[in-house]
Amino acid sequence: MSNNAGFLKSSIGKKFIMGVTGLFLITFLIVHCFVNSLIFFNDGGETFNKGAEFMGTNWIIRAMEIVLFAGIILHIVQALVLTLDNRKARPIPYEKFNGAANSSWYSRSMGLLGTLILMFLIIHLKHFWVLSRFTDHIAHNDYEKMPGQETMYHEMLEVFENPLVVLVYVLAMVSLAYHLMHGFQSAFQTLGLNHRKYTPHIKKFGIIFSIVICIIFASMPIAMHFGLVK
Amino acid sequence: MAGTSEKTINVNVKVWRQKNKNEKGGFETHDMKGVSVDMSFLEMFDVLNERLINEGKDPVAFDHDCREGICGMCSMYINGRPHGPKQGVTTCQLHMRSFKDGDTIVVEPWRSAAFPVIKDLAVDRSAFDRVIAAGGFVSVNTGNAKDANNILIPKDDADEAFNAAACIGCGACVAACKNGSAMLFVSAKVSQLALLPQGKVEAQQRVLDMVHHMDMEGFGNCTNTGACEAECPKEISLENIARMNREFLFANANEKK
Repeated sequence: MSNNAGFLKSSIGKKFIMGVTGLFLITFLIVHCFVNSLIFFNDGGETFNKGAEFMGTNWIIRAMEIVLFAGIILHIVQALVLTLDNRKARPIPYEKFNGAANSSWYSRSMGLLGTLILMFLIIHLKHFWVLSRFTDHIAHNDYEKMPGQETMYHEMLEVFENPLVVLVYVLAMVSLAYHLMHGFQSAFQTLGLNHRKYTPHIKKFGIIFSIVICIIFASMPIAMHFGLVK
Repeated sequence: MAGTSEKTINVNVKVWRQKNKNEKGGFETHDMKGVSVDMSFLEMFDVLNERLINEGKDPVAFDHDCREGICGMCSMYINGRPHGPKQGVTTCQLHMRSFKDGDTIVVEPWRSAAFPVIKDLAVDRSAFDRVIAAGGFVSVNTGNAKDANNILIPKDDADEAFNAAACIGCGACVAACKNGSAMLFVSAKVSQLALLPQGKVEAQQRVLDMVHHMDMEGFGNCTNTGACEAECPKEISLENIARMNREFLFANANEKK
């Protein structure tokens, strides 16, 4: 007889959801980074706008957009549930806690880093996603542009004129880098994918990946702000 | 005398006092003068208790038994770390030479909802026993003892099972974890049996029952910070946690219900 309460209600099941959604969100980051890197062709947005149009009109991508939002929400909700559980597990805190002696600060601050990323995400969605989905403000390219419309590329140039916005974006990418540095390898561990031979490589790759992808992302507003990409 | 030094230090011990499970506790500071650096941390507490008894006061309650690092009874949270500042040792194997003259040493009980304080520094760790009772065993019919090496086991598997079995159940993993998770303990107990043919028979039901019971006891959820592995006096590996995650996943997928 089993007294198993069900996989998704168990602590390991809840973490499994965190790991799977986390890895899924990482695949989104890779696609997002790849498409946005088209601005570095520095051709006045010609190539980038084509990429943006594809992403905005292709039905598979549009369907995945729904899955993506579901993934983000699930990742956040599950994180809240787990955090509340964990608070209950230690009702009286330690007087003196020396976490630095046994773990990295960012592995202990995933909730804080995640909250910063969420705040950025709201700003970021408002800047671009809301504009392209719910208004007529965005034109697919310079040739079909109606009066009062902008291409996504020019919208980016405009938004990143503001140095404060650039700063927020760069700081958000620092948060994301630390979040991923723990999250990437942690997801593999949670899914049970730990092997003496491969895990050191997964950890190394995770750290390099986290730093590189966030540097590429952060370089976009910086390049546009300082006119390196026009 | 060979191998000992005359060196002594003075330290302040800020220790948690709590009459019982229900009463509110607080800190009490004692200055310990002329403590030999060759004393173990528990011997320093013995000296303190000796003094408290002579003064007609209540001695500090703390868990201890073998005092040679193998029983898992001692359990103090010292200066922000379970079993103190050294790696791979229990509190009884920690010596006063690890501290400096004039140090203030903060000593607290394990903090976990699943480990209620019995008195002062002694906590009730029977939640671990109940997790074991839920499935941490191999059902064997009685009869004659089998010959050794009747069942051949590859050396690597035997070593890995042995490393997991080195867990002494002290609870430092729970105390160190920022989430109060017991994953390292439970995974070591799941692994030591799952790795061996005798334990494989019941492996699926075992992992389901033990994880379910672990959750019921009110331990937190693992976030893979690795603090447990770093603080474990027996240096139990995080690989065990991954193994348990894996076993739990497959056991759920295979469950016939």
